Amino acid sequence: MSNWIKIVPLNDIPKLGSRVVRSAKGEIAVFRTEDDRVFALHNSCPHKGGPLSQGIVYGDKVACPLHSWKINLADGNAEEPDEGHTACFAVKVEDGTVYLEL
Amino acid sequence: MKKMKLVVVGNGMAGMRTVEELLKMAPDFYEITVFGDEPHPNYNRILLSPVLAGEQTINEIILNSREWYEEHNITLHVGKYINKIDRVKRVVYAEDGTSAEYDRLLLATGSKPFMLPIPGKDLDGVIGFRDIKDVDTMIDTSKRFKSAVVIGGGLLGLEAANGLKIQGMDVTVVHKNEWLLERQLDKTAGKMLQKSLEAKGLKFLLQKDTEQLIGKDGRVTAVRFKDGEEIPADLVVMAVGIRPNYALAESAGIHCDRGIVVNDTLQTYDPRIYAVGECVAHRGISYGLVAPLFEMAKVCATHLANFGIGRYVGSVTSTKLKVTGIDLFSAGDFRGGQGTEEIVLHDAVGGVYKKLIIKDDKIIGSVLYGDTTDGSWYFQMLRDSKPIHEIRDHLMFGQDSLLGNTGHQGQNKAAAMTDEMEVCGCNGVCKGTIVKSIKEKGLFTIDDVKKQTKAGSSCGSCVGLVEQILASTLGGGYAPPSTSKAVCGCTDLNHEEVREQIRQQKFLNIPDALKGMGWRTPNGCATCRPALNYYLISTWPHEAKDDPQSRFINERVHANIQKDGTYSVVPRMYGGVTTPDQLRKIADVADKYAVPMVKVTGGQRIDLLGITKENLPNVWADLDMPSGYAYGKSIRTVKTCVGSEFCRFGTQNSTQMGIDIEKAFDHMWAPHKVKFAVSGCPRNCAESGIKDVGIIGVDSGWEIYVGGNGGIKTEVAQFLCKVKTSEEVLEYSGAFIQIYREEARYLDRTVHWIERVGLDYVKKRILEDAEGRKAAYERLLFALQGSVDPWAERANKREVHTEFDTITV
Repeated sequence: MSNWIKIVPLNDIPKLGSRVVRSAKGEIAVFRTEDDRVFALHNSCPHKGGPLSQGIVYGDKVACPLHSWKINLADGNAEEPDEGHTACFAVKVEDGTVYLEL
Repeated sequence: MKKMKLVVVGNGMAGMRTVEELLKMAPDFYEITVFGDEPHPNYNRILLSPVLAGEQTINEIILNSREWYEEHNITLHVGKYINKIDRVKRVVYAEDGTSAEYDRLLLATGSKPFMLPIPGKDLDGVIGFRDIKDVDTMIDTSKRFKSAVVIGGGLLGLEAANGLKIQGMDVTVVHKNEWLLERQLDKTAGKMLQKSLEAKGLKFLLQKDTEQLIGKDGRVTAVRFKDGEEIPADLVVMAVGIRPNYALAESAGIHCDRGIVVNDTLQTYDPRIYAVGECVAHRGISYGLVAPLFEMAKVCATHLANFGIGRYVGSVTSTKLKVTGIDLFSAGDFRGGQGTEEIVLHDAVGGVYKKLIIKDDKIIGSVLYGDTTDGSWYFQMLRDSKPIHEIRDHLMFGQDSLLGNTGHQGQNKAAAMTDEMEVCGCNGVCKGTIVKSIKEKGLFTIDDVKKQTKAGSSCGSCVGLVEQILASTLGGGYAPPSTSKAVCGCTDLNHEEVREQIRQQKFLNIPDALKGMGWRTPNGCATCRPALNYYLISTWPHEAKDDPQSRFINERVHANIQKDGTYSVVPRMYGGVTTPDQLRKIADVADKYAVPMVKVTGGQRIDLLGITKENLPNVWADLDMPSGYAYGKSIRTVKTCVGSEFCRFGTQNSTQMGIDIEKAFDHMWAPHKVKFAVSGCPRNCAESGIKDVGIIGVDSGWEIYVGGNGGIKTEVAQFLCKVKTSEEVLEYSGAFIQIYREEARYLDRTVHWIERVGLDYVKKRILEDAEGRKAAYERLLFALQGSVDPWAERANKREVHTEFDTITV
């Protein structure tokens, strides 16, 4: 059974930015792209655990603030030649509000 | 929509590089078919010499495996020789009848070894040195026969001779000229090279003209010269030069002139047909080295992808001999002649010879033998036409004579390092790892190596070493990057062009700038956005929109991110002077938030480490002190000594001068961090000699030094001028910093900028142009007008800065 939890109004996440959600499953970074799509990743870079939520968002990617690994927002995979994966969470926008599935 | 069809004739390095570049830009634009006449997938031709020398295997030099072609849906035909193009029907035909239709055709047919037109050239055992087949023949022959003769003492000939010697053959090199490599070396270096190759066991016959090859039962047995002499030969390798292979194009009626003639977009006279690589004649020149081919590939790919940007305007090339144990580098015009000067260093016993040819204050050529450490440095100056008079007296002694170096055990000669030695101290990368990556992954540029191995990708101090390793592994295939390169992969514009467009078109925000300058990506990347944001706000202060999302996290939240995701907080202490009250507040904050570490910084202030992001605004509110900008590409700190107020040696009030500077330039963003120091006397206790702007008080005034750096490479600041009053210190140093802010590339420290434009230029702007100096200083003050402390702003308006709040579910 899905369990969608209301997070924030979409406008509370800056475009090309993110917000951090603290949950029973750990810290989750919720990102918003320039064209208002949202993605959610475990807030930890597969490299050295850097907080991905604090990185620069561009296109469908985020650059980790610690050592600039590029992580794909859609699947949580590190961009080549780096190798690694961060857990993804389902997230959606309805009537201008962001929901996260936990 | 039906895809267009691209057919590539030639499965070598130039053709495949173009395809790779094309796939990066437009992966789904074409249905691609590739024809190669060799039975192998694309391999690294420049590494054939190491294969012959037994240092590498064929498998190690494959660049694109068969799987790669499959993955990218490329139809690959190997071992098929295309012998006809029907330009009307737009079809190519192979000898065996295979055909393929095209919408665009790319010719990359490479070159052929030039075989001397002498009797006997068709005998068995007479070959060129061009492909895997030739290498196989050589290795096979070495097992069955003894005597080899290489005709031609050029790069290829010497590499072949060296390899055959290692394979156990008795090798004689025959050369027409008086010395070896006459197209790369002058006589002195050529003779030195001959001596060391003779020590390896090679024999040389110079100034000899070959008359004919003598054979028995269809196989070569001897070489006869015009002077009547004859030497035995079971194998003859002709290495007298290469010729562009344009027979196919010519037979199809495409205009050729000693190569397939192309324009600056690599297009032939048939607009549907492009050509790249050794087979082309571009502005009358054909290139036989890999670096120009890659430049062509990049330009050609942008046109094939319908981006239509970029022009190929020709290349300056350099060469390096790939014979293990011999260090040799040459570039440009080393013969000299009228109007040129020479600087020569010659140590015959030590085996070192260096010659630089200079014309009009610029390096136009260089020959290095025995010590090629600085080859790429000289080559870069040559390509960039950099004036050299400021460094002329150090030039011969190399780049490292100009600066200190940390992080790799003081090593500056890659060749002297063993495979286990660490090159990159930041990422723990050894020399062996880098060499392996270059060979196995087929890397050609510094950027490739950085990406794959991480070496040189953090602090950058080892990039010179990495470059040397790359150059010695690739030999002639390596070309150092020009210094005016594109900002990042999102655009082909370089930093200067971006700044110019922002100024001319008055872009005031990032989306407009990206659109107006034709960025390839919808919202840039983590490299270009911070640079653009800085260029916008520094070009149009008070008008351009400062975009927090385009700033690195430290500048977005005004604190320094640490490895565990917490932050450090460094409040301003103007001039390094504090008060009991401030210290009490800092102590109280440290107690209240259980700060894990309180540390005195190198910039004379106090760092509170381990603060969580949520707590930052509270900490700032409790501290009630301004931000020290210890996190930004901005003014950092002004370090001072005690000065004349207390010090018995002090001649000037350096502390007050420091406070005045720090207050005047507070909140200033810059291309990189900016550090000042003020010392009260020449004892220089504030270390002004290694700061971006260092000021030293003397009895009669203040001396101003610029471009110092205490970091990765220790750089001593250079004397700019001496002034009398503290107002002048502010004006001169402010004008200097403002011109740096307006003209340097993002992430250039002052030293890098000065290195590029020259101290003379800086002096001209600051010292010779009083009005310009005053105006620059005014522009800086204008930019800083009304700036506010970012900490107070955020602490007082917590509700609008939701960035600091975590959502809990």
